[in-house]
Amino acid sequence: MRKQETKNVITELETYLESFSEFEKRAAGRNLPWLRSLREDAFARFCQVGFPTTHDEDWRFTNVSAIARTPFRLARNGFARVSQKELGPWRVAGVACQLVFVNGRFSRELSSMGNLPVGMKVNGLGKEIAGNPTEIEPHLGRYVDTQRDAFCALNTAFTEDGAYVHIRKGAVVEGPIYLLFISSAENSPSMSHPRNLIVAEEDSQAIIVEDYVSLDPGPAFCNTVTELVAGDRAVVAHYMIEREHREAFNISTLRIEQGRSASVTSHSVLLGGGLVRNNVHPVLMGEGGECLINGLFVGNGRQHLDNYMLVEHASPRCDSRQFYNGILDGNAHGVFHGRIIVHKDAQKTDAKQTNRNLLLSDEAQIDTKPQLEIYADDVKCTHGATIGQIEEDALFYLRSRGIDEVSARKLLLFAFATECLDRMKQGLVRKHIEGLINHSLFQVANTRAEARANSRKDEGRSWEEMG
Amino acid sequence: MNSNLNTIRDLADREYKWGFVTDIEEERVPKGLNEETIRLISAKKKEPEFMLQWRLKAYHHWASLEKAEAEPKWANIKYGPINYQEITYYSAPKRKPSLQNLEELDPEILRTYEKLGIPLEEQKLFAGVAVDAVFDSVSVATTFKDKLAELGVVFCSFSEAVQKHPELVQKYLGSVVPYTDNFFASLNAAVFTDGSFVYVPKGVRCPLELSTYFRINAAETGQFERTLIVADEGSYVSYLEGCTAPIRDQNQLHAAVVELVALDNAQIKYSTVQNWYPGDKEGKGGIYNFVTKRGKCLGVNSKISWTQVETGSAITWKYPSCILQGDNSVGEFYSVALTNNYQQADTGTKMIHIGKNTRSTVVSKGLSAGHGQNTYRGLVKILKGATGARNYTQCDSLLIGDRCGAHTFPYIEVRNSTARMEHEASTSKIGEDQLFYLRQRGLKPEDAVSMIVNGFCKRVFRELPMEFAVEAQKLLSVSLEGSVG
Repeated sequence: MRKQETKNVITELETYLESFSEFEKRAAGRNLPWLRSLREDAFARFCQVGFPTTHDEDWRFTNVSAIARTPFRLARNGFARVSQKELGPWRVAGVACQLVFVNGRFSRELSSMGNLPVGMKVNGLGKEIAGNPTEIEPHLGRYVDTQRDAFCALNTAFTEDGAYVHIRKGAVVEGPIYLLFISSAENSPSMSHPRNLIVAEEDSQAIIVEDYVSLDPGPAFCNTVTELVAGDRAVVAHYMIEREHREAFNISTLRIEQGRSASVTSHSVLLGGGLVRNNVHPVLMGEGGECLINGLFVGNGRQHLDNYMLVEHASPRCDSRQFYNGILDGNAHGVFHGRIIVHKDAQKTDAKQTNRNLLLSDEAQIDTKPQLEIYADDVKCTHGATIGQIEEDALFYLRSRGIDEVSARKLLLFAFATECLDRMKQGLVRKHIEGLINHSLFQVANTRAEARANSRKDEGRSWEEMG
Repeated sequence: MNSNLNTIRDLADREYKWGFVTDIEEERVPKGLNEETIRLISAKKKEPEFMLQWRLKAYHHWASLEKAEAEPKWANIKYGPINYQEITYYSAPKRKPSLQNLEELDPEILRTYEKLGIPLEEQKLFAGVAVDAVFDSVSVATTFKDKLAELGVVFCSFSEAVQKHPELVQKYLGSVVPYTDNFFASLNAAVFTDGSFVYVPKGVRCPLELSTYFRINAAETGQFERTLIVADEGSYVSYLEGCTAPIRDQNQLHAAVVELVALDNAQIKYSTVQNWYPGDKEGKGGIYNFVTKRGKCLGVNSKISWTQVETGSAITWKYPSCILQGDNSVGEFYSVALTNNYQQADTGTKMIHIGKNTRSTVVSKGLSAGHGQNTYRGLVKILKGATGARNYTQCDSLLIGDRCGAHTFPYIEVRNSTARMEHEASTSKIGEDQLFYLRQRGLKPEDAVSMIVNGFCKRVFRELPMEFAVEAQKLLSVSLEGSVG
């Protein structure tokens, strides 16, 4: 039995070994010794730990064997196939710049760089590694945990391209920096490992949006890592939108390193994807930092949406807030795993965590696991979690005001989702996300209404038969 | 309150009060665990064949677990490896008393009870408490039996139950905690020597608070008790369990199992005050308390309520749970856990909702002081069929001192859309302004802290029977000593 398992693991890893040795021969920056050893160490570590199983406490509710079983190959440079026209629906007007990545590779032709303000630099990471490695070296791979996290190790091993954003000291970038990640299907299951590095220097301000979409159905595996470094007093807002196809696997890790009095907000909106795992891991390194993690996940069909938050308070007088709302319908499975660690010297910490969930169908599942680990004494930490359904009283109230049932349900769902929207700053991005949420909630409410109508039809029939 | 404050003063810097060793001859089996030991224990207790077979099955299961190194490691606690072959699994006072009256009892034992405050000699003063004192592993005396017997309530030691009511034991033993449940439960099933057995017949409301004092006496004997309480249809019983243990240098293992079964409309209330020896100020010695406690609300409208005050033990590992199988059944868990010096506690509850309209309430208060590490670990699981299930969970931690830790690991798994569940948790230290307010009213710092701590735990203490509530408050104050100021 055990032998069989080991054998499977070996065949699983073999495809990755092949991909890796091929990748190493042609990857950008292969002659930089620090990058080479970074990749090699990470790959060795990945081979050691292998894919996590549900026996792994951090992956208790999420089974990634579907990813492990599928022989994913590195996606080839397919951007020649993507035309400007195909990109049309994904364009967002009014942004500072829109960078387009096809299967994890930066495409200069498809991107619109706009008029970049002074003090800001955006580029593909691959190009920066080739042309400007000294700027990348102090940050790349310095923050993520490749020892424990197999997916981070895998991404680090295949690090080649992604977004590089650098905001200089004191620069304020008004418009959002929009990063669009497109996965386009190939004949065989393909994987991509976009790696983003965002450095906001002291006193700078920026808004960054990561948007994950797929052009066509097909099994694709996107394993992203974003390292965000916020210098002292920097203000950074990060948005992550997942709206890939239902066959897609998406594992993303956002690792935030915050300096003194820095303020970072992370907003995640998970609407699409088949198996999605979203890791957000801020470390409050400097005193007086502030961190807001806000999220909404809407699951339907057979979607599996896993949110893993780990907030580390490493310095005194930091505040952190986590708010996650989940709406689950159909056979969807939602997971919220929130963990707050307050280190020994992080006195005067104020950490809050709230997770609220709506279950709309009997087949939907939610597992929530809020955790507090506290090693300091002068702290204020709370967490709360609720699970429920649409309040019958609220529904009745709306119905008594002459609103039909479907609309009433929609209203209540929107109200629940708006809690999450309200924590985003007014502006272009919020509007954009609002549109996306409305669209997916409409779908949820309508399928619910149809299901109800069907069941009522059945009831009616049986009534007649009885009469 | 005033008496409470006095107690703190009285007990300032006092060593573990209940630490004394009684010198009596003992009968024990050789150290170590093998099939022979199991057969010997079973033979010594003159058990029927089904018990021996059950024990042997448990032993073989445990042995396979040990071989696979499956001793649970997931808890947030640290301790050295336990050598299971170095433990004596059976010890009993040599002159086993089958006494008609108390005068025949070994005077040494009587004196121990006096120190413990069990007035066996003055039963009339008992005021509603019947005591089944477990001295090491064999019950030596039971009280108030006649009164209970009139109502048909069976309250006796486990060995007696095996002799007199084998059909009840066979029916319910292992029905809630099977011998395959976990490592320590398997070990217990194989080697348990005694414990308490309660059966409350249909429609009877047990008029007394049933109570047992457990003591670990002989050095290096892990005590493995097993308690089984069955409440038949429409009955009610309240059971109290309190424990103290003498000072020892070597860590002692304590792996007990408690099973509760509530049939239709029955109610069981189980209260514990646990004060095993916690080890000294450097964290040396102390009891390893690895307990499996579980209740099953088998019938409709049944209710099981756990209340615990955990102040002792070097390591506590216990999760009193409720399986809410009957429709409309109710599970409750109220807990105060305190860790001081180098104590570690990983405790909480599991509420498994299976039946319709089942409800559960969890209130847990954790206190950490000194180098103590206190963990709440809880599971609320609402299965697909549990329509209309409701859960409310609140777990608060209070930190006293800057070298202690408080952790919360709740798991919430919901499979039914009609479920409603709320979970709240908070961690904080004693508020400076609260302290300041009390101090400016002329209270000493330690009195002020004690007052705040008692207020923090009040919601749980309220659930304790009267006699225990007083004891629990005192215990808390004593256990917190030296950590304030």
